[in-house]
Amino acid sequence: MQIYADNAATTKMSRTAIEAMLPYMDNIYGNPSSLHSVGQEANEALTEARERIAKLLGCEAREITFTSGGSEADNQAIVSAARLGEKKGKKHIISTAFEHHAVLHTLNKLEKEGFEVTLLDVHENGMVTPEQVKKAIHQDTCLVTVMYANNEIGSVQPIKEIGEVCKKHGVIFHTDAVQAVGHLHINVREQNIDMLSLSAHKFHGPKGVGVLYARKGIVLTNLIEGGAQERGKRGGTENIPAIMGMAAAFEEAAANIDSNSVKLAKMRDRLIEGLSEIPHSILNGDRAKRLPANVHFCFEGIEGESLLLLLDDKGICASSGSACTSGSLDPSHVLLAIGRPHEIAHGSLRLTLSEENTDEEVEYIIKSVKEVVEYLRGISPIWNDMINGRKEFVLKG
Amino acid sequence: MALYSEKVMDHFRNPRNVGTMENADGIGEVGNAKCGDIMKIYLKIDNDIITDVKFETFGCGSAIASSSMATELIKGKPVSEALALTNRAVVEALDGLPPHKIHCSVLAEEAIKSALKDYYDKNGIEYDKKLFPDCEHCDHCCGT
Repeated sequence: MQIYADNAATTKMSRTAIEAMLPYMDNIYGNPSSLHSVGQEANEALTEARERIAKLLGCEAREITFTSGGSEADNQAIVSAARLGEKKGKKHIISTAFEHHAVLHTLNKLEKEGFEVTLLDVHENGMVTPEQVKKAIHQDTCLVTVMYANNEIGSVQPIKEIGEVCKKHGVIFHTDAVQAVGHLHINVREQNIDMLSLSAHKFHGPKGVGVLYARKGIVLTNLIEGGAQERGKRGGTENIPAIMGMAAAFEEAAANIDSNSVKLAKMRDRLIEGLSEIPHSILNGDRAKRLPANVHFCFEGIEGESLLLLLDDKGICASSGSACTSGSLDPSHVLLAIGRPHEIAHGSLRLTLSEENTDEEVEYIIKSVKEVVEYLRGISPIWNDMINGRKEFVLKG
Repeated sequence: MALYSEKVMDHFRNPRNVGTMENADGIGEVGNAKCGDIMKIYLKIDNDIITDVKFETFGCGSAIASSSMATELIKGKPVSEALALTNRAVVEALDGLPPHKIHCSVLAEEAIKSALKDYYDKNGIEYDKKLFPDCEHCDHCCGT
């Protein structure tokens, strides 16, 4: 038996997405830039996919740039806005302390170039407010970049309101929506979003493909120089099979978004209820403003990797936080940003569901996590110290 | 999982000598919660022989496996042999550890040394202080 509960890391491709890709790996193999009919057939598919994706985001086709995924889209969005700002002498960027590293590391690079970066504090519930953004904006601010929903703790940010603040101040607003697209209703116009990054493999599409939406008028800076693809803003022959798979997966996710949300939120809430019974544990991320499939806990007295390995032995695929930071010894920057002390941040568990999970699996997960946490606490010297009164608990019982 | 060797996974899944000990002759605790691993070793020593050893560990898979293996390597051995145990010996016995997990084996070596030092101190036995590294700073661990 295997229960996959790590859908924030990646999802299983949907049948629809796979089938949408097959013809483009088979008969329709042309290069969209070729003038002949084989190439033009691929070009038509590309044009159509761009229109379909634009429609789903509420923007125009020419505002869509295909990328290799979320990280590239984040990089290009931030660098582009920075270059535009620089031209006007504006070199201040606002972001948050709990962004994905694709954003944080790009900002680090710009900081070394002389940009001023303000990282907003994140409240304990995993939220930033429009008021914080408003306070941080000054005359040199050229970009605000705030993630739509956090990849570890699942808290969903007030994007429309933050966008409104940015609009009022004439500042470009980018959102890393990698965890939100396909799971939450998004309309870039209605939500005052100037730039948005998304990645197909987070909504049952293929890996290695994503989108950067940039409102018309925002001139992109190339990360990859090359041919005239993507209006000259991203060189390289388009990954047509992946793009077709992404368009199909996105449409499917959007069509089922409400029914999926209801189903996922029900399983999520049961998981939260069940795991909250574990003493000295805490749910991370806002209880209400949260992705429908995200559950994230810290358990006192244990370490996350042992928990994951033992859950894997029980057939449960989970994560301690971001898959991107595994291999690092430091606790999650997201958990530190919301104020969890190091020793608590080490004992984290993220479970992210998909529509394919069942109520029975949820019950099995609850039972297994309880067993493993109890076992690991049993061999933990700090837990021993705490239950014997030699050391104070950090989390309430 | 390909992250760890079969040996590591075996000692992680079925740790040997796990638990606490009443009236231990030596107890050593190293690491800190901030770094994400703590090891505590309990020794029973009769006539200079380690007759029993127990451990408790808060930490990752390799930390638990390293503790388990280290206790196996010193059980039934004379104190002098336990004192000579290196982290390298623990790593070799586990068929290797990933580079960023080597510190777990260092912690296991230090936990045993710390328990032996406690045994010497309790019994007023003279020893060479240089044999016992100061593990207060935990620099090898995560630099905090």
